[in-house]
Amino acid sequence: MTRRFCTAIVVAAAALAAGAANAEITVGVTLGATGPGASLGIHYKNAFQLVPKTLGGEPVRYIILEDGSDATNAGKNARKLVTEDKVDALMGSNGVPSSLQIAQVAFETKTPYLVLTPISLPPEKYFWAFIVPQPTELMMGAVAENMKANGVKTVGFIGFSDAWGDLMYKATSFHAAKFGYKVVTDERYARADTSVTGQVLKILAAKPDAVVVGGSGTGGALPQVALVERGYKGRVYHNHGTVNREFIKVGAKAVEGAIAPTGPLMVAETLPAGNASKAVASEFVKRYESTFGAGSRNAFAGYTFDAVKLLDAAVPAAMKKAKPGTPEFRAALREALEGAKNVVGVHGVYNVTPQNHNGQDERSRVLVRVEKGEWRLMK
Amino acid sequence: MGADIFAWLVQDGITNGAIYALLALALLLVFTVTRVIFVPQGELITFAALSLAMLESGRVPGTVYILVFGGLAAAAIEAVVALREHRLRRLPRIAMLYVALPLAVAAAVWWAAPRRPDQWVQVLLVLAMVVPLGPIMYRIAYQPLASASVLVLFIVSMAVHYVLTGLSLVFFGGEGLRSSAFSDAKFRLGVVDVTAQSLWVVLASLVIIVALWLLFERSIYGKALRATAINRVGARLVGIPTVLTGHLSFLLAAFIGAVSGILIAPITTLYYDTGFLIGLKGFVGAILGGMASYPLAALGALAVGLLESFSSFWASAYKETIVFGLIVPVLVWLSLRSRHVEEEERE
Repeated sequence: MTRRFCTAIVVAAAALAAGAANAEITVGVTLGATGPGASLGIHYKNAFQLVPKTLGGEPVRYIILEDGSDATNAGKNARKLVTEDKVDALMGSNGVPSSLQIAQVAFETKTPYLVLTPISLPPEKYFWAFIVPQPTELMMGAVAENMKANGVKTVGFIGFSDAWGDLMYKATSFHAAKFGYKVVTDERYARADTSVTGQVLKILAAKPDAVVVGGSGTGGALPQVALVERGYKGRVYHNHGTVNREFIKVGAKAVEGAIAPTGPLMVAETLPAGNASKAVASEFVKRYESTFGAGSRNAFAGYTFDAVKLLDAAVPAAMKKAKPGTPEFRAALREALEGAKNVVGVHGVYNVTPQNHNGQDERSRVLVRVEKGEWRLMK
Repeated sequence: MGADIFAWLVQDGITNGAIYALLALALLLVFTVTRVIFVPQGELITFAALSLAMLESGRVPGTVYILVFGGLAAAAIEAVVALREHRLRRLPRIAMLYVALPLAVAAAVWWAAPRRPDQWVQVLLVLAMVVPLGPIMYRIAYQPLASASVLVLFIVSMAVHYVLTGLSLVFFGGEGLRSSAFSDAKFRLGVVDVTAQSLWVVLASLVIIVALWLLFERSIYGKALRATAINRVGARLVGIPTVLTGHLSFLLAAFIGAVSGILIAPITTLYYDTGFLIGLKGFVGAILGGMASYPLAALGALAVGLLESFSSFWASAYKETIVFGLIVPVLVWLSLRSRHVEEEERE
């Protein structure tokens, strides 16, 4: 009896699995909603509750695995998703090292990969990878413009002692010559540090006109609080990883006046009427906040949403060439992603080309400033 | 480097060093009495700091769930043991300590949190929530294995650490929190402004260190702890129950952890997993002190604080490397000085 019952279950499961492989598109996702990157990973994951059940009109199944913000796990998850679940596309993860691992798997297994973190890859690896978030140079370009407009000549940098801090330092230095400023310090701190007094004293001794903080989330608040405590009067710039409500809660009065670049969705309602993303972003923010609470909007959930948008735009063309679950479909999907034109997301407009696997332009960034305890669009 | 920068760095180093010193003492206490390397100390810091920040914003911190359910689990274990040994008279005491007390604390927090009580009341509530976690943790995780080897106890510690970090993420979320300062006052001392908060930290640490010293020198419980630390078998032979000293050392360690958390909460942004690193630096301090002497451990911790402060000025990218690299020469020296003894004595 028991045995027959078991057999029945196995047969049923096999039938279901076979059916699933034919009918629907599978997208494999690995994210770190626990571990050191949890504060970002949770948001990326939340957004999957709000994405449509179809891609280009076809039913879709998302398999979301947890990697604990660990690069090795992210790589393992990606490999498992490709070999066992036969996914048609990969997505993930929060954190540069994790995303680099997944990119390697995507490259080896010839699977299209939507990268949810701004990473830079060797040219050949870009073939299968599509970067959803704005490149850091594009974002910090907005900061550089603002610094030039305000006559900033020297910049003090303090950032995380990890890959993100490195990316931000590179992006800040990248624009230095063109916008006529000099980066005078490269200080580092860790998210878990109890004090940044030493670093801040060093920055103050260099007397920079402005300070750029290469942190993310609430971790960006500590240096600014310390700078203000020591009486620093110059401008303090942050980056797009920092813009959320918790940052203001933690920094309180000290972060008043902080400036940061961000995607359009953070200030969706106050965007000018002509902004391409205004409608999509407002709609997304409304749905997100009705599910996860007022003020819960964040850039990271938006990257998940835009990655899905890109897939949504690419699937119809790929469906014409092959069936989901086959290598041919994956190749066709990659080709279709590479030709994505005018895909409007909550983070601006994507025009992907073989040379540019991100495809965003100036429409994907706005500058915001903390005014009276809120991030507000800078005019 | 000017005199003012030097003074600032010293102030910063002493403030952090004082907290590391407290933690080093707690780690050393637990280690010498129970041979447990108390890794979850860090989580107690986190729980205390984040609970304080949540109480301040009028929310009920998840620590109460850990307290109540931890208490229930400990009560269940105790009850099973009591039933098996046919000692039913112990049951009321078990119910009091592990069920009624945590529930009372939880009820007080539920009632008080939305009313946003005075900061002092908040601090007391946090202590009431976090301190009992020490003995509860000991009862559930360590007491059944009390005579296992140091390595087994260390692995248990790692397990407890991961469980508590996971719970911490569930209850406090991934983003950092910070509570408001006890006082915004500043004093001018020579070339530096000394903040009242850092004075608080140093004073509280000194008070606790003196209190610990008095406890060990003057009270019968303190003497029992010292006796167990010096020789476990001998202490048992003269009638000191090792279960009692185990509970007592965890109670003290939890208290010190909670106080450190409360002191540090207004100084920095704390995350659900920050405590581990802070505890680890206390551990480095204790190692610098040779893992044997209290004054040396406190001095070692102070040295860690100062080193951290100065290295974050000169070479911030290598700060952690410098601090943790410090234990290598100390370990080499320790191992050269003492002849290697195979594992600890068997009982």
